[in-house]
Amino acid sequence: MIINHPILGPRDAQEFVYLGDAALMGRPDGMTAGIEEFHDWLYNRDNPAGEHRELWYHEQGDRSWLVVTRNTVTHEILKVELARDVARAMGRAK
Amino acid sequence: MSQSNRIAGGQIDRSRTFRFTFDGTAYTGHPGDTLASALLSNGVRLMGRSFKYHRPRGPLSAGSEEPNALVQLRSGARQEPNTRATVAELFDGLTATSQNAWPSLRFDAMAINDRLNTFFTAGFYYKTFMWPASFWEKVYEPIIRRAAGLGALTREEDPDEYDKGFLHCDLLVIGAGPAGLSAALTAGRAGARVILADEDFRMGGRLNAETHEVGGMAGADWAAASVAELATMPNVRLMARTTIVGAFDHGIYGAVERVSDHLAVPEKGKPRQTLWRIYSRRAILAGGATERPIAFENNDRPGIMLAGALRAYANRWGVAVGDRVAIFTNNDDGLRSATDLRAKGVDVVAVIDARADGPLLPGIRHVKGGEVVDAQGRLGLTSITVRDASGRTDNLRVTALGVSGGWNPNVNISSHHRSRPVWDEGIRSFIPGADVPAGQSAAGAAAGVLSTHGALATGQAQAIAALEGLGITAKAGSLPEAEDAPVSITPKWYVSGGKGRAWIDPQNDVTVKDVKLAHQENFTSVEHLKRYTTLGMATDQGKTGNVLGLAVMAGLTGRTIPETGTTIYRPPYTPVAMGTLAGRSRGKEFKPFRLTPSHKWAEEQGAVFVEVGMWLRAQWLPKPGESHWRESVDREVLAARKSVGICDVTTLGKIDIQGTDAGAFLDRVYCNTFSTLAVGKCRYGLMLREDGMVFDDGTTARMGEHEYVMTTTIANAVTVFRHLEYCRQVLWPDMDVQLISTTEAWAQFSVAGPNARKLLEKIVDQDISDAAFSYMGAGEITVGGLRARLFRISFSGELAYEIAVPTRYGDAMIRALVAAGQEFDAVVYGTEALGVMRVEKGHVAGNELNGQSSALNMGLGKMVSKKKDSIGMVLSQREGMNDPDGYRIVGVKPVDPAGKLTAGSHFLEIGAAAEIANDGGWLTSKVYSPHLGCDIALGYLKGGDQKIGKRMRAVNLLVKPATETEVEIVSPHFFDPEGERLRG
Amino acid sequence: MMRYSALGVIAQALTGHRGWKPVWRDPVPQASYDIIIVGGGGHGLATAYYLAKEFGQARIAVLEKGYLGGGNVGRNTTIIRSNYLLDGNEPFYEFSLKLWEGLEQDLNYNAMVSQRGIMNLIHTDAQRDAFTRRGNAMILNGADAELLDKEQVRAMYPWLNFDNARFPIKGALAQRRGGTVRHDAVAWGYARAADLRGVDLIQNCEVTGMRIENGRILGVETSRGFIGARKVGVAVAGSSSRVMAHAGMRLPMESHVLQAFVSEGLKPLIDGVMTFGAGHFYVSQSDKGGLVFGGDIDGYNSYAQRGNLPVIEDVAEGGMALMPAIGRARLLRTWGGIMDMSMDGSPIIDRTPVDGLYFNGGWCYGGFKATPASGWCFAHLLAKDEPHKTATAYRFDRFLKGLMIDEKGQGAQPNLH
Repeated sequence: MIINHPILGPRDAQEFVYLGDAALMGRPDGMTAGIEEFHDWLYNRDNPAGEHRELWYHEQGDRSWLVVTRNTVTHEILKVELARDVARAMGRAK
Repeated sequence: MSQSNRIAGGQIDRSRTFRFTFDGTAYTGHPGDTLASALLSNGVRLMGRSFKYHRPRGPLSAGSEEPNALVQLRSGARQEPNTRATVAELFDGLTATSQNAWPSLRFDAMAINDRLNTFFTAGFYYKTFMWPASFWEKVYEPIIRRAAGLGALTREEDPDEYDKGFLHCDLLVIGAGPAGLSAALTAGRAGARVILADEDFRMGGRLNAETHEVGGMAGADWAAASVAELATMPNVRLMARTTIVGAFDHGIYGAVERVSDHLAVPEKGKPRQTLWRIYSRRAILAGGATERPIAFENNDRPGIMLAGALRAYANRWGVAVGDRVAIFTNNDDGLRSATDLRAKGVDVVAVIDARADGPLLPGIRHVKGGEVVDAQGRLGLTSITVRDASGRTDNLRVTALGVSGGWNPNVNISSHHRSRPVWDEGIRSFIPGADVPAGQSAAGAAAGVLSTHGALATGQAQAIAALEGLGITAKAGSLPEAEDAPVSITPKWYVSGGKGRAWIDPQNDVTVKDVKLAHQENFTSVEHLKRYTTLGMATDQGKTGNVLGLAVMAGLTGRTIPETGTTIYRPPYTPVAMGTLAGRSRGKEFKPFRLTPSHKWAEEQGAVFVEVGMWLRAQWLPKPGESHWRESVDREVLAARKSVGICDVTTLGKIDIQGTDAGAFLDRVYCNTFSTLAVGKCRYGLMLREDGMVFDDGTTARMGEHEYVMTTTIANAVTVFRHLEYCRQVLWPDMDVQLISTTEAWAQFSVAGPNARKLLEKIVDQDISDAAFSYMGAGEITVGGLRARLFRISFSGELAYEIAVPTRYGDAMIRALVAAGQEFDAVVYGTEALGVMRVEKGHVAGNELNGQSSALNMGLGKMVSKKKDSIGMVLSQREGMNDPDGYRIVGVKPVDPAGKLTAGSHFLEIGAAAEIANDGGWLTSKVYSPHLGCDIALGYLKGGDQKIGKRMRAVNLLVKPATETEVEIVSPHFFDPEGERLRG
Repeated sequence: MMRYSALGVIAQALTGHRGWKPVWRDPVPQASYDIIIVGGGGHGLATAYYLAKEFGQARIAVLEKGYLGGGNVGRNTTIIRSNYLLDGNEPFYEFSLKLWEGLEQDLNYNAMVSQRGIMNLIHTDAQRDAFTRRGNAMILNGADAELLDKEQVRAMYPWLNFDNARFPIKGALAQRRGGTVRHDAVAWGYARAADLRGVDLIQNCEVTGMRIENGRILGVETSRGFIGARKVGVAVAGSSSRVMAHAGMRLPMESHVLQAFVSEGLKPLIDGVMTFGAGHFYVSQSDKGGLVFGGDIDGYNSYAQRGNLPVIEDVAEGGMALMPAIGRARLLRTWGGIMDMSMDGSPIIDRTPVDGLYFNGGWCYGGFKATPASGWCFAHLLAKDEPHKTATAYRFDRFLKGLMIDEKGQGAQPNLH
């Protein structure tokens, strides 16, 4: 596969490490959320057959974490974003 | 015999002669021959035996679809089983032997299976060999296994090298027949970056095997001229002997280039084969088509082959497979073989045309509406039985028969992404369907366009269309004139009515009867058909037989062929050598070596090294006279504890963490607190995964207000760094934190023992007295003016420091430390001594940090701060992870000091039976403590913290007889539990 | 009922095999069943068989969207073993191995269960420690295990790379009772045996929805219409999330592709099953002579049933590092199956929040060897509404309670299991 890195352009997916569903970005706050909320966030997945937003890390590259929108049936990649930008847009800060 | 069947013409170099042997018999051939064409030219039709019935076989084809003519090529360590003689390029000195036959190819004892064929039908195995129950594994299966398999490996290491490479192009053209050449010319002339790959050693595809003219010249000459033009284009890469083996995601194709297979031995420095990963923006599949047979009784006799192959041997290789030939066809293309062979002076005895209305060739006997119903000649065809439209049979004396049931487009690579081919009623075959790999299109015969003109035209058109998508304008040039005959075919799949066997998949011996039985037993799904009969699972992957098998099943079920289905082809297109796929990653080069800065020095000392991940570390450093590793390790431990020891600890992960939020960041990623750590101090940190299990540990130092230096375990250096990047970019994107891995930037040495300070004082420039540099101190120092870092931390339990210098000074540093240590009898110790000392101190390491253990399990539960949010804090509170009787780390000592312990032994209560209900846990790490004079171990014991002082058994049931040792459960801190030595 | 016997086979051979009957019927689905099993793969078919045979259930249907045995039972590396480490797993897999040992006589179908032995190679001292722990756990659970030293391994396979290895072989953990089974035959054997006991095996019948009222399942919507059921058991590993989404459930798993490989047929080379401990490569040789081997999953979520080149190369590199003599053997075919990669690498056999709806999945890439016990335990759960004693740990709520069964110690990241 080829991931079109927003900064570096097309790169072989072998340069990246895969983490999983980008929903993991929505980590609850440990001082307010309890076990149940953390459990659902960490363990349960939509796991769709189709479009999937997912986290990839450019380990053999610039160390960017990316959010890749990819079709899990065709492997077509529809969008690639810097995870930091996505995180900020979600309202994540410090 | 000297090429008795060689006739005029062909693209072989008759000016040179190659000598070769097959089964020990010497023959000759010419450059341009394949092993098959050369053997056929010498009158050899028998080249192999089938898989199940061990039927005598000759080549069915003249290409990579060959199911029958498989040989062992070369000998010794280069022996290459299952090589298709039809694509093995002849070279001088080639040796080949037959396979799957004993004692010889002509007299094969296992051909008894053929006599017993009435038993060995599809699915036979599943119904039998069950009585008595024990006989399957003891009797039947060993016999079956010995008989199975095709060729043999010699078990010697493959002496050849393999390589890998990467290529990029705008347009990849797969196949260099008329369609591929036309596409490549069109794209090349337009300036696009083109790769043209063809599996053959001579580009041109079917043009080399036909007598068609293209643009007023012989097709083969037009192909050669086109290749010559392409060779002048710097934007075009021509890759002959290169098979595109698979279509992968996003335009990436795998290709195997057979760099040296046409040579006896690869040239020095050259690989045998190269695996290319081709990154294409567009691809055109121009892989042509494969002819398919018509099944009839005994249609597997040597000498019976595809009609197109018969004329290819005549036209391209100047070989008449037989002196008297017949053609059995259901389409016009089959007639071409008759025409061409006759033009070459071969006696064409008859054309048996399954069609009643097929065109007639003047001067040749035609059996209209006829069938071949049987064939004779066990080791080579002698005659065929022909039935005409009226039902009258006749026996014709022939030594070769060409059969054509039509042509199957080579859709394989179009279906590598599971696109299902679709049925084309015009050519009665499958063509590429929808959802082919993105960026791929098909041209020529691969697309179902079977005429030469059609191939040229679609090749050009597809190239123009593909480049248009890339914004490159290509011109439609005038096409050279070429034949444009329409396809005239009447379906004919198999000859019915006979009692014998008619082969569909010759290698696996799948016959029409097997398909009928599968149908009878309700294995009618195409996948069931394939799996039950093994149709299409031989080394040719059903290239000639699959559609035929489907058609037979369709006929039985009353469904159409497309309703019956199609199997999807999977990579690779043709089989690929394992060595090619592995490339250079084998032997010692399997993975890279990482060497520590003191490696060279340690080598000079005769150190014994051990693999630690990718690293090689000194395991121990034997002194003269030491004959057992324990002597060295005990000496190293005792010397370090008595005076001072030095150890290279560069392999630990090191991460510099800086920024105004660095402290707050560490509070999030460690379960304990770092923001309160004083500048110039270190602290042990415990890092959890989000599921609350321990991820990693290490000491982290605060070097400045906003500067920390983290150490990680060796194993997790990479994953911790990845995790920290994740935390900073994804979870808390606005934190001001910067990270850099400095693992390889600093050479770091532990200096441990009562004299550690004295030793270091000799080489560092600063005051490092206890007052100036107290326990857990950290700071930047200099060593003879060189920038360095010093940490007063200890894994050994001794007064200890870790000193780091820029890596390029690592070698100098180990030498300086050793020199400075001489007066103290300093020892350099390896990983074994390090392990002994850490177990003596009860520190957890790899065997305890197993990813299955929590802080509580490790006796570190109190480190998890609930006052702040940190990774893993919440889920570490789950009830299952807080069982008071759960695993706790303990120390283990044999009650009898002579008692032996084994890591991995399990705890049992005294007197308890060895069964899982009584399992108390296990010993994680065991060492011999020279200080205590006995084996000691760490272990995870259920409720272990409540069992200190208790006696149990450590049992190892894996050895015969099982061993067990009575042990005392003790604190894991065996040595200096109060830590007085650390602070000395 | 058509029982296979030695005499019957001979009689059929001598009479042109005209008497063989369909191995299973193609029944028209009834309006309702007592129990519907969704998924006609190995686990679903085994479940239906044991429900009928061992648990006295009747009116059972298996609904399969494609063809019987077309899921992972038809695309795997055919290995059976019970060399697990953890308490939640080992009793279950040992139960499965015992069922394999009697399977053929039970089913009257030769699935070619072949206990050729499995050997996990050891390359580091830490690996030996971990395998010693594991081997002892196996024996404590009633399984067999042996620790082999380097010379014992060399005696069995002198042509492995002992002398020029990046990660030298130091020994092996062996289980003699492990081995291989002809994978397709497992599906067919169970299907035939279930069919003989009256189970309706309905192919080309895709479940498109679930009818749930007041928290209770009433039946399933299918491509062949609604079919009512008192109980529905889902055993569709690979598609678990998709099917359970019909019941509004999100599962603790991701779907990943695992590729597997077979070489051209070769004369006997490898007698047992072997796993390389310094890379991801495992191999055996089939009765037909092909080297059957595999490695790691591709590592990204996928339902595509196909993988990419880097993993193929990685597996071949492992193979060549271990066996430099296979350089000239050729890879014949690759294929890809979709795995339910669970959050701790272990499966789930459990009730769901919907009354009457039961779930079996999350097999990662260990599902084939589990087939008999998975069927038995799932049947037990469906029939008795309580877990079988060897499968009590396979619950959904183990993640909430912190009782993960994490053999590899990788935590909640499915692609690492």
